[in-house]
Amino acid sequence: MNKYKMHLLVCGGTGCKASQSNQIVEQLNAELESHGLEDEAKVVVTGCFGFCEQGPIVKVIPDNTFYTQVKPEDAKEIIEEHIIKGRKVHRLLYVDPTNKESVSDSKHMGFYQKQIRIALRNCGFLDPEDIDESIARDAYQALGKALMEMTPQEVIDVIKKSGLRGRGGGGFPTGLKWEIAAKQASDQKYVVCNADEGDPGAFMDRSVLEGDPHTVLEAMAICGYTMGADKGLIYIRAEYPLAIHRLKVAIKQAMEYGLLGKDILGTGFNFDIELRYGAGAFVCGEETALLHSMEGHRGEPTVKPPFPAESGYLGKPSNVNNVETFASVPVILLKGADWFASIGSEKSKGTKVFALAGKINNVGLIEVPMGITLREVIYEIGGGIKDGKKFKAVQTGGPSGGCLTEKHLDTPIDFDNLIAAGSMMGSGGMIVMDEDDCMVSIAKFFLEFTVEESCGKCSPCRIGNKRLHEILTKITEGKGTMEDLELLKNLSGVIKDTSLCGLGQTSPNPVLSTLANFWDEYVEHVIDKKCRAGKCTALKKYIIDAEACVGCTACARVCPVNAISGERKMPHEINQDICIKCGACYDKCKFSAIFIK
Amino acid sequence: MRRKIKLLTKPGGKTMNKINNLADLRKMKDDLQNKINLRVKSDSPDAIVQIKVGMATSGIASGAKEIMNYFIEEIEKRNVEALVIQVGDMGYCYAEPTVEITRPGEDPVVFGYVTIDRADEIIEKYIKNGELVEGIIPANYHSID
Repeated sequence: MNKYKMHLLVCGGTGCKASQSNQIVEQLNAELESHGLEDEAKVVVTGCFGFCEQGPIVKVIPDNTFYTQVKPEDAKEIIEEHIIKGRKVHRLLYVDPTNKESVSDSKHMGFYQKQIRIALRNCGFLDPEDIDESIARDAYQALGKALMEMTPQEVIDVIKKSGLRGRGGGGFPTGLKWEIAAKQASDQKYVVCNADEGDPGAFMDRSVLEGDPHTVLEAMAICGYTMGADKGLIYIRAEYPLAIHRLKVAIKQAMEYGLLGKDILGTGFNFDIELRYGAGAFVCGEETALLHSMEGHRGEPTVKPPFPAESGYLGKPSNVNNVETFASVPVILLKGADWFASIGSEKSKGTKVFALAGKINNVGLIEVPMGITLREVIYEIGGGIKDGKKFKAVQTGGPSGGCLTEKHLDTPIDFDNLIAAGSMMGSGGMIVMDEDDCMVSIAKFFLEFTVEESCGKCSPCRIGNKRLHEILTKITEGKGTMEDLELLKNLSGVIKDTSLCGLGQTSPNPVLSTLANFWDEYVEHVIDKKCRAGKCTALKKYIIDAEACVGCTACARVCPVNAISGERKMPHEINQDICIKCGACYDKCKFSAIFIK
Repeated sequence: MRRKIKLLTKPGGKTMNKINNLADLRKMKDDLQNKINLRVKSDSPDAIVQIKVGMATSGIASGAKEIMNYFIEEIEKRNVEALVIQVGDMGYCYAEPTVEITRPGEDPVVFGYVTIDRADEIIEKYIKNGELVEGIIPANYHSID
C-alpha cells in the first residue's frame, strides 16, 4: 500500500458538489499526476465539513490547512504551491469575519473550536464510499462488541444510562423506547430509521448519511439485536439522491463483508437493511404517518396508542429512531454511558447538531454540547450577524418551533429549556433573524409552510392553520384589528389542543412565540399601519423629499400607475391612494429624494 | 440519476472475503489503520511530536526529500507517535536540509544540516527523550503568525 505524505480532503456533500467539488477532485488528481505526485498525495472525497457557507472546502492533511470557496481552476495552484513547495495559498484561506484575519489551521477557527463532534465525528474525515476507511475508524466494532460480549438487555441499559434522547424533535429517551420494543412478543419486528428530514433549513440527517452511512447501518443492527428484529428499513426522501446512493453503496459493501446479512460475525445474528423512499412530505416525519407511507398508504398520522412499538410497520412491533440518534449509538457503546453522560446538561445529555442558517456569517452544520448558550452559538461559532446588523431573534425547531429573542441569548440550550422558553429543539434548525426581518411576516411564512404540509385529516390543523394564515396576511396588508390579535391567540390554543398529530400540535408555535415576544410589532402593524422592518409591502409609504427633488421627472416616467405628478424642475409628489408600492421610483431616483416611511 | 455502485472486488474478479468474527474485524481495523492514520494524527497535532521538513527549492536540492521519507518510514518502524509535515522555506538556506521539531508543550527546535545519520540521532535522542543533539539553529526571529 502507498505511503501518502499528504491527504487532500475534498468535501463531497450535496452543497459542495453543487459548487463543482467533483471537478475540483478531477483537477487535483490531474495536477498530481502531471507532477508525478500520485504516490505522495492522495485526494479523498469526504462527507460534509459543515462549513457550507464557505464551500467547496478542501482540507490539506497533515497541516490541517482549510481552503474555502475553492474553484476547479485553483487546483493547479494548490498542488504547485502547497503540495510541492509547502507554501499555503493565502487567498483561499478562511477570513475570520470578526477580525478580518485569515486563519489557515481549521483547529484555530472559531467555527470549530467550540464544537464537539459525536454524530458528525466522521463527516469530513472519511471517504463514505470506502468501507475500509470506516472500519479503520471503528465502524462495526460496537456491533461486534454488542453481539459477542453483551446481552440485549445490557445494551439497552447502556443506552438508558447514557441519557440519549431522540434527536428527531420529541426528545423521548432512546433506551426506554428500545426496551418497550424489546418487550413485545412477535414473530417479526422492524427497526425503522427516520431519514425524512422535513424541516426547512435542517440538513443534519442528510449530512450524516452522506458522510458516514456505516454508523447508521451499524446502529440499526445494534437496535435490531436488542429488540429481536432481523429487518431494518430506512425511510428516506427521494430528494436526497446522494444520501441514497451512499447508503446503497454502504449496504452493499457491508453485506459483502458479512457485517450485515446472514450470520453476522459468526454469531448467528441476521440483519438486513432496505431503503424506502418518501416523496418529501413534512408530516411523514411523524412516526405513524411515516409507517403508513412505508406501507404504501397515504402519509397520514393515526392516533396513538397503539404505539409503533406495539403495532407499527405492517402491524408488527417497530422501533423508529431518527438518523442523528442512531449515529450517536455506536460511540456510546464503545466509549461507555458515563462518557456520553458527562457531556451536556442535567437532563439533556451529549451533543446536538444544529443547522445554522439565516442572517449569520458562518452558515453551516455544527455539533455542540447540550447546554451551550445561544450567544456562544451565534457569536462565537456563527461568527455574528451578517453585515454587522443587530440580532433580533432566532427560530429554533423549524416551523414547529418558536422565536427566541435577545433575553434568551444566555439560556443554556437543551430540550427542556427550549420548551420552557416557548420554542423547541425540533430537529435542530436554527434560523437567525436580524433587524431587517418583520416578525409578523416570519410567522406568516412558517404558517404558509404548515398550511401546505398539513395532511388534511383533522379539521383543527387543516382549517385552523388556514385561518391563522389568513389573519396574518390581513395584518401584513394593514387591514388587521386588535380583535384579530386576540383571535390569533385563541385559535392557536385550540389548534394546539385539538390536533391529531405533532404537526398541528406545534404549528401555531411561531405565531404564539412572536405574539409573546414581539407584541409591539403586531400592534404597530394593526394600529399604526407600520412595519418597522420595511418588509410588509402594503404598509410601505414612498414619499418624495421636496427639498431634495430636482424635478427631473424620472420617477414620474417610471411609475406604472401614474401616481406621481409635478411640473418639470419642480418637486414631485406621490399620490398614496394610487401608489402600488412597487418601488420603481425609489430605484430610479438619482438624487435619493425618495424615502420609505 | 443512476450511478454505478463500487464493488469491493480485488483485481482478478474475486470478491472480498467475509469477516467471520470479531477478532478478525479487530485485526482488520488495525491493518487498515495506515489508510487514515495521517488524518487521525492530524486531528490532534499538538498532542504528538511534529516534524516539519523545509521543502523549498534549496531544501529539496540539498536532499530534504530523502530526509522527509526517512522520517516517515522510521517513525513508523520505531513506533514513534509523530507527524511529519512538509513546510516551505524556513530561511536557513545555508543549513539545508532543515528540520523543525516540536515536542508536545515545548518550544520548537530547528536542526540544520540534517543527514540520514543525524536524523537517526534526532529521533533516538531528541524526539524520544528530549535530549538535544548537535546542529541546532538558535531561533533569532519572532513569528507573527
